[in-house]
Amino acid sequence: MSLLKRAVRTWLLTELFMGLMLTGKYLFKKKITVEYPEERTPLSPRFRGLHALRRYDNGEERCIACKLCEVVCPALAILIESEEREDNTRRTTRYDIDMTKCIFCGLCQEACPVDAIVETQVFEYASEARAQLYYTKDMLLEVGDRYEAQIAANIAADARYR
Amino acid sequence: MNWLDTGITAGIWALEILAITVPVALGVAYITYFERRVIGWIQVRKGCNRVGWAGLLQPIADGLKLFLKETIIPTTANKALFVIAPLLSLMPVLVAFAVVPFGETTLFGLWDTPHVMAMADLNVGILYVMAITSLSVYGFLMSGWASNSKYAFLGALRSSCQMVSYEIAMGFAIVCVLMLSGSMNLSAIVHAQAGGFWHWYLIPLFPMFMVYFISGCAEANRTPFDLPEGEAEIVAGYFVEYSGMWFATFSLAEYGAMILISLMTSILFLGGWYAPLPFLDVIPGTVWLLAKTSFLIFVFIWFRATFPRYRYDQLMRLGWKVFLPITLIWVAVVGLAIYTPGVSDIINFWRPGVAS
Repeated sequence: MSLLKRAVRTWLLTELFMGLMLTGKYLFKKKITVEYPEERTPLSPRFRGLHALRRYDNGEERCIACKLCEVVCPALAILIESEEREDNTRRTTRYDIDMTKCIFCGLCQEACPVDAIVETQVFEYASEARAQLYYTKDMLLEVGDRYEAQIAANIAADARYR
Repeated sequence: MNWLDTGITAGIWALEILAITVPVALGVAYITYFERRVIGWIQVRKGCNRVGWAGLLQPIADGLKLFLKETIIPTTANKALFVIAPLLSLMPVLVAFAVVPFGETTLFGLWDTPHVMAMADLNVGILYVMAITSLSVYGFLMSGWASNSKYAFLGALRSSCQMVSYEIAMGFAIVCVLMLSGSMNLSAIVHAQAGGFWHWYLIPLFPMFMVYFISGCAEANRTPFDLPEGEAEIVAGYFVEYSGMWFATFSLAEYGAMILISLMTSILFLGGWYAPLPFLDVIPGTVWLLAKTSFLIFVFIWFRATFPRYRYDQLMRLGWKVFLPITLIWVAVVGLAIYTPGVSDIINFWRPGVAS
């Protein structure tokens, strides 16, 4: 009996038609495509994108050149040189991140004791030359100044999980 | 005066050729677009919708890109054959369109009797189509051989083997149609199906319709029979070494074959240019034929979005051990039905030319 049933199913191409019906149903389903430049998916506050160096409210840069980030960086993408400033504080004279090396693991922002180096939600910084992906201290500070409001909001949103 | 007549005839022929090949080329371009959209929709994506309104200029952009690309001819390839092969696979497909009747027209009342809209209304039309389309296998074989690459060679072997195998089943399916229509002329076959959809050969020959269409998938190297271009094992099959316009020629041939098979299926089994219900005759016949063809092309694409690829031995099994016996048995069944008293009255309903 099951042999007969199976023969009927085979010769009437039942399973093929079932497959066609299934794909036919999906033909009319709502499409889930996100058309990127116009539409975007939401980003988590923990999103790890382009790096930024932050400042305090009085304009003083946060980084104290402890070099923890340089040490922890698994890709060796960070290069820091430091000197004593006139007011006897230790400050960086050079803070470079090579974005072509960076693997965006976020360990630098985890290591930072003063929340100076952070990763922002910016991910559209493609450039036409490799050299433009070598971010110097001025560039990182500039990024920090530009996105400070967003960075602060994200840190506040994530604070209670840390 | 005689030369003038010859010139005029040649000019009209040239116009007729253009009137068929240009829409076929455009149709191929837009079938690629349609295929991408439909497969996208089935995969819950939107498909290409960027170039032009709803992405309608996408095939033109693609064509332009292929035109401008460099044609690479491998150093070890046989250059003459390498260049001829794509043409040889495209040419039979285009040539076969010469006998396809696209409908009947009185040219807005200019003629008293309706004329068949075919370049050549051959009385062996269907034989011509079978003969010419099987020539395209030489193009595939040649391209695989001339590329001097193992992937191309394996692809060519697979494709030629598959095309030859499925042609037999296709031929026997057509024999059934011929037994009912009593003519090899494509327009006569359509005329024999005049009336409503209950006169179509789809009804007495439904299994043959399935066999013909599925064999058509195999002939055009479409999924689930696209083993010749199986990406996983042989990269792209016989056209793996081709680039630029020669590559485009191969896809033109593939999609052209798809259009041709859809057209032939509509003509042989779906009543050609006749409306499914007699009162729908107000819509011109060509529209009906193209609608049926478009639907079958959609089914081709639907297959591609649904079915996984056959294994090679399964493919050969289907062709030789399933389709060939079914078609042979059905030929015998139709033959017996025609000559059995009593049953022949039923079957003669679909044989208007022979019954009287």
